[in-house]
Amino acid sequence: MIPTLVIFAYLGIVLYIGIFASRRFDQGSAEGYFLAGRSLGPAVFLLSLFGTNMTAFTILGSAGHAFSNGIVTYGLMASSSALIIPVTLFLIGTRVWALGKRHGFITPVQMFRDRWECGHIGTLIFGLQAVLLLPYIIIAVMGGGTTLSAVSGGIVPYWLGGAVVALVVMSYVFFGGMRGTAWVNSFQTVLFLVFGAVALGLIGSSLGGYSQAMNGLLESGATASLLTRERVSPQFFLSYTFIPLSTIVFPHIMIFCLTARRMTQFKKTVIYYPLCILAIWLPCVFLGVAANAMLEVPGIAAKLDARELLASGEALSAAMVTELRQIAAGDDVIILMLEHYAPLWMAGLLGAGIMAAVMASDSQILALSTMFTEDIFAFYGGTKRFGERVQVQMGRLFVVVIAGLAYVIALRASAGIFNLAVQYAFSGYAALFPLLVGALFWKNSTKWGAFAVTMWTATTVAAVAVFQGVVPPAAPGTTVSYWTVVGVDVIARTPGGTDVLGFMPVVPMTIVSALLMMAVSLVTTRPSQATLEKYF
Amino acid sequence: MTSMKNFMLSLGVIALYALHQDIWFWDVAQPLVFGFLPVGLFYHAVYSVAVALFMILLVSVAWPVELEREVEGESSDSSEDVS
Repeated sequence: MIPTLVIFAYLGIVLYIGIFASRRFDQGSAEGYFLAGRSLGPAVFLLSLFGTNMTAFTILGSAGHAFSNGIVTYGLMASSSALIIPVTLFLIGTRVWALGKRHGFITPVQMFRDRWECGHIGTLIFGLQAVLLLPYIIIAVMGGGTTLSAVSGGIVPYWLGGAVVALVVMSYVFFGGMRGTAWVNSFQTVLFLVFGAVALGLIGSSLGGYSQAMNGLLESGATASLLTRERVSPQFFLSYTFIPLSTIVFPHIMIFCLTARRMTQFKKTVIYYPLCILAIWLPCVFLGVAANAMLEVPGIAAKLDARELLASGEALSAAMVTELRQIAAGDDVIILMLEHYAPLWMAGLLGAGIMAAVMASDSQILALSTMFTEDIFAFYGGTKRFGERVQVQMGRLFVVVIAGLAYVIALRASAGIFNLAVQYAFSGYAALFPLLVGALFWKNSTKWGAFAVTMWTATTVAAVAVFQGVVPPAAPGTTVSYWTVVGVDVIARTPGGTDVLGFMPVVPMTIVSALLMMAVSLVTTRPSQATLEKYF
Repeated sequence: MTSMKNFMLSLGVIALYALHQDIWFWDVAQPLVFGFLPVGLFYHAVYSVAVALFMILLVSVAWPVELEREVEGESSDSSEDVS
């Protein structure tokens, strides 16, 4: 009961922060509502930009992935982001900010339309970005429902937990706009930063340190490989460095780049971003790996038994395999460890940290609302006809519609579908990266190049989704080839996804995307000199 | 001078990218640094700190001052700095 009360108190605080923020801006101004009047200070800019990019996966998923795959999780997802994201913020974020400030852009689509002198290309990009963004919002509602239900021991049912989370997020985005979202994100990021260190310290002190646990893993043949990266190939490891290219292309991140009061605010963000990643991911990954030694936690022991049975090679029915995989999945290992090792009130506080992670859909909701009102409503004459105040009201209405729609879908669909969709979305946004680079750094890029990139991305995301939907995953530790050319596996199905020439699909998707942008642009007409002078 | 500086910084980014692919620690777990941290994980933790240090260098010597001045005006005060 205590953890549930702590979480409800936390929800009350974020609601208050969001609504309080609404008093700090001009309610009728689109820039005020959607971009916090381009006036965020350095601390809020750093904390909220970082928090915006942290999702439920950061805490729950990273520990779960490390539980099953070992220390490789940090190199795959954290340290690659620690390099790529600050570099892209430095090179691209600052430029997007400057263009936004100079030309009054509120969304990336406005910039693309202006850069390539074409309204239709903007509408096409809007459609693709909106489709790729929606799964995040649905996953967050599902995560909220599941977490609230798990922490309350079932007192709060899934449907109510999801409704509460959707309602709270909707309310502070509705009232607080970008400023409310940024303030709440900053508060949540502080919780993330504290969470890992506190959880690590609490569990470590209960265990009397981690040396014994790690030495135990090292001595066992079944777990020693978790402390190395031998379970993945170097090509797979390299492929993952393409995924963080998606970050700067996400509309909520690009829109967020426009909120800084001054360009110098990017400096602290660029420098501290790798350190924030270290502070959050290292404890979570380490705890996920160490969980393999915590046999005294009943839930974890059951997972290890299920994993052992799956690896034994014993003949099992398909239903049994599915059930064992669900049991062996590690997304809840941190919750199980905290329940076992942390005092009850502390488990509640840490549960609030987990809620902060699963509620990170606010920026995506606001971004979709901003895009709809600016790129569709305003672009097709709505603002001219009804005025800016109505445009802001439309934005708020859209926030309600998105949150409601996400909740209804979350009640009816299985989480697995949307987890996969999020996986595809990362690859999709990474494949759109050349679009952004072409717009900002290459005079010769054209709308037809942008069109080719957008269509290629949409087609390949759909193709990978269909392939993985139709072809069942390979058994653990194996790969099944589906297209071989002169003895080389071109396309293969792996236990967790698809391989293209040994790489994840994101690699060819992004490389071909860049080639298409160059090739198609070179044979088509570039925009007028007047437009180019605005950008170069 | 500027192009040489940019070239060197680009090389720095490429070197950091290459250092991320640490095949030399691929199948090595020991030593356990501080008695509990596998060396491969320790390497990537130190790598994250090294990236932060490189970012200090990047914003110190390659900050797009001209772009900033263009947008914010010549009176722009860059005192709100790295510190």
